[in-house]
Amino acid sequence: MTLALVLGAALAVLAVVAVARPFLREPVTASDALDEPGELERRRLALAEERDQALYALKELEFDHRTGKISDEDYRRLVGPLRRSAAEALRALEPRAEARHARVAKPS
Amino acid sequence: MAALGRAALLLSLGLVAYALVGGSFAAWKRRRRLALSAQNALLAAFATTLVAAIVLWIALWRRDLSFVYVAQHTSRSLPLGYALSAFWGGQEGSLLLWLLVLTGYSALAVWLNRRSRDLVAWTVPVLGGVGVFFAFMLCFVSSPFDTAAAPADGAGMVPSLQNPYMLAHPPMLYLGYVGLTIPFAFAMGSLLARRSDERWIVATRRWTLTAWTFLGVGQLLGAHWAYVEIGWGGYYAWDPVENAALMPWLVATAFLHSVMIQEKRGMLKVWNVTLVALAFCLSVFGTFLTRSGVISSIHSFSQSPIGGWFLGFLAIVIVFSVGLIYLRLPLLKARTKLESLISREATFLYNNLLLVALALTILWGVVYPLLTQAVNGTTRSVSKPYYDFFLHSFGLPLLLLMGIGPLVAWRRASLRALGKTFAIPAAVAVVTGGALLGAGLGSSLPGLLAYTFSAFVAASIALEFVRGRRATGSITRLVARNRRRYGGYLVHAAVVLLAIGIAGSSAYQTVRERSLQPGQAMQVDGYTLTYESLGTRQLQNAQQTSAVVDLSRGHSHIATLHPGKSWFPVEQSSSNDVSIYHDPRNLGDVYTIADGIAKNGTLDLKVLVKPLVNLVWAAGFVFVFGSLVAMWPDAVEQRRLVERYAALPV
Repeated sequence: MTLALVLGAALAVLAVVAVARPFLREPVTASDALDEPGELERRRLALAEERDQALYALKELEFDHRTGKISDEDYRRLVGPLRRSAAEALRALEPRAEARHARVAKPS
Repeated sequence: MAALGRAALLLSLGLVAYALVGGSFAAWKRRRRLALSAQNALLAAFATTLVAAIVLWIALWRRDLSFVYVAQHTSRSLPLGYALSAFWGGQEGSLLLWLLVLTGYSALAVWLNRRSRDLVAWTVPVLGGVGVFFAFMLCFVSSPFDTAAAPADGAGMVPSLQNPYMLAHPPMLYLGYVGLTIPFAFAMGSLLARRSDERWIVATRRWTLTAWTFLGVGQLLGAHWAYVEIGWGGYYAWDPVENAALMPWLVATAFLHSVMIQEKRGMLKVWNVTLVALAFCLSVFGTFLTRSGVISSIHSFSQSPIGGWFLGFLAIVIVFSVGLIYLRLPLLKARTKLESLISREATFLYNNLLLVALALTILWGVVYPLLTQAVNGTTRSVSKPYYDFFLHSFGLPLLLLMGIGPLVAWRRASLRALGKTFAIPAAVAVVTGGALLGAGLGSSLPGLLAYTFSAFVAASIALEFVRGRRATGSITRLVARNRRRYGGYLVHAAVVLLAIGIAGSSAYQTVRERSLQPGQAMQVDGYTLTYESLGTRQLQNAQQTSAVVDLSRGHSHIATLHPGKSWFPVEQSSSNDVSIYHDPRNLGDVYTIADGIAKNGTLDLKVLVKPLVNLVWAAGFVFVFGSLVAMWPDAVEQRRLVERYAALPV
C-alpha cells in the first residue's frame, strides 16, 4: 500500500510537471498568442491547394491518355483548360501576386 | 497495487479533463502556452493510463484473485497467455484498453502534428473529450481495480475465448475502432478552427488507413477464430457484434475513397466530414454493443449497466458533430462540380452510396431488436436472409464497380474510350461466366455473379498494371509513382479473393451429418470418412475427448482428423474441437465437427466440404500487403506538402 502511494504520488508529480512545463520554461513571455493563419496566409494556402489540384489533374490526364483511357480527341480538348488553370494557380502564388492580394485584402 | 491502478486512472481522468477544458479555453482565447500545456496533458495521460494497464497485467500474470476482475475472468489453472489476454476478455479491461489505445494514439498524433499549432489546438479538446468519457467510466462506473477477499480460485475464462486468436483479434479491433477517433478529432478540430483547407486530411490520411487496416485484419482474425473455435462450420454469422465491426469499416472504406475526390477536386467536403463522424459514432456504437450485452450475440459474455452511459455519450457525439457540421457549412463549399456521370469521380460516388447504404441496412438489422423491444415490448430480430439480400443487392454492384472504376478516366470519359478499355475485362468476365455455367455452377445465381464479377475485376486490375507498366517502363516506378492507387488495387485484389472464397465456401459447400459407430464410414463429395476410435486426454485446464477419423479419397489415405469436445471443469462448460483438412487441390477444407459423442462411443459427425475457403484467409495477407503499399510514405508527395505548408503558421 505504501509503495503504491509513493508510486501514485510520484506519477502525480510527473504529470503536474509535464502539464506545467510550458509555463515553467517560459514564466514570462513577450507574446503568448497562439499562431493563427491570417487572411493572406489562408488565401495562399487555398491557392497552393488549387495549384496542387491543377497540377495533379494534368498529371492524371497525361497518364490516362498514355494508358488509353482518354482518346486523343478528348485529350486535346481537356488539356488546354487544365494547363491554363494550372498556370493561373502558379501565377497567383508568385510573390507579386501575393502582394497584390495583400493590398486588395487591406485597402487602407 | 489496485490502489496504484485507481490512482493512475484518476490522474488520467484529471489530465484528459484538463486537455478538454484547458485546451478549449486555450484554443478559444488563443493562449499558446496553455495550448501546449493541454497537449502535454494528453501525452501525460498516456503515461498514467499505461501505468494502470501495467498494474492490471501484473495482477493477471500473478493471478491476484483479490482483484475482482482477475477473479471473474481467470483461474489458477488458466494458461498464462490466456490469463494475460483476459485484459480484453471482460468489460472493464476492454474499456481500459480503449483508453490506453486512445491516449497512445492521441499522444502520437498530437506530437507528429505539433507544428500545426492552430489545428492541433482545437483537436486536443476533442480528443480530451472522448478520453474523459472512457476515463470517467473506468473510475466511477466500471473499474478493473475493484478488490474483494480473494476466492480459492477464479471463475475462469469462457472456453471459446481460450484460443490463440484471442491474443490478437480483440486488440486489432480496438486499434481499429479507437484509431477512427483521430480523423474524427482532426476533422472536428478543423471545423472548430474555422478552417476550410485540407490540412486535417493530410494530417490524418495515414491514421485512417491504419485504423481501417487494423479493423479489417481484426475482423478476418475474428472470422478465423469463429471458424476454428466456435464449431458451426462458418466464419461469419451476421452476429450483431460482428456487424458492429463491419459497419465502421464499410463507412471508413467509403471515406478512404471519397477523401481522394476532396484532395484532387475539392469536392465532397460535407460528405467527408459526415463520413468521418459516422465512422467514429459507429465505432463507439460497436464498443457499446460488444460490451453492454444489450443484444443477444455470441460475444455477449455478460450483461452490464454501461449501455445507458454509452448511449448518452453517443447522443452527445452525434449532436456535437451534426451541429458543428451545420454551423460550418459555408466553409465546406465545393470548389468544383462533378463534370460527368461517367468519370472516376462518379464511380467513387456510386461506390460511396453503396457502401453507406450497406452499412445503414446492417445498422437497421442490428438495432431492429432494440427498437421492437422499445416499441412493442417484444424482441424481434432479422436473420441471415435479410443480410444476404442486402449483401447481394449492394455487395455485388460494389464488386463490379471495383472493376469499372480503374478503367474510367478522371473528369469525363467518352464512350469510345470506355469501349476500348472495357473490351478485355468484359471478355474475360463473359468467358468465365460461360465456363462456370457450362461446368454446372449455375445453381447459385449470386455465386455465379460473384465469380463473373470477380473475373472482371481481376482482369481490370491486371490490365491497369500492364498498361501502367507500359506507360512508365517498370512496375516499381509505376507503384512508386502512385502508391495509394496501386496499393488500393492490391486491396481490391484481396476483395476479389475474399469474394471468390466466400462464394465458393457458402454457395457451393456440401454438408452431411451421420451417426457413426467405430468402423463405420460416410461419403461426402468424393471423400470417405471412417470413424476409427475414441480417445481422451487431460489438458492443463480441460479434459479433451476426440475421435480418430480417417480421411481418404478413392483408395488413398489423405489425413487423420480428430474432431472432439473439451470439458472445462472450472468454467463448467464445454467447447467443440473441430478438425480441418486443408485440401490443396481445391483450396478448400474438409471440416469435421463432433456434434455429439455418446457414452457408448456413437459419434454424431458433421462434415462440411468448403471449396475455396482458404482464399478468404489468403485475402487477409494480400489486404495487409496492399494496405502497407498504400500507406508507405511517398517522398515526392511529402516534399510537396512540406512546401505547401512551410510558410504558414499551420
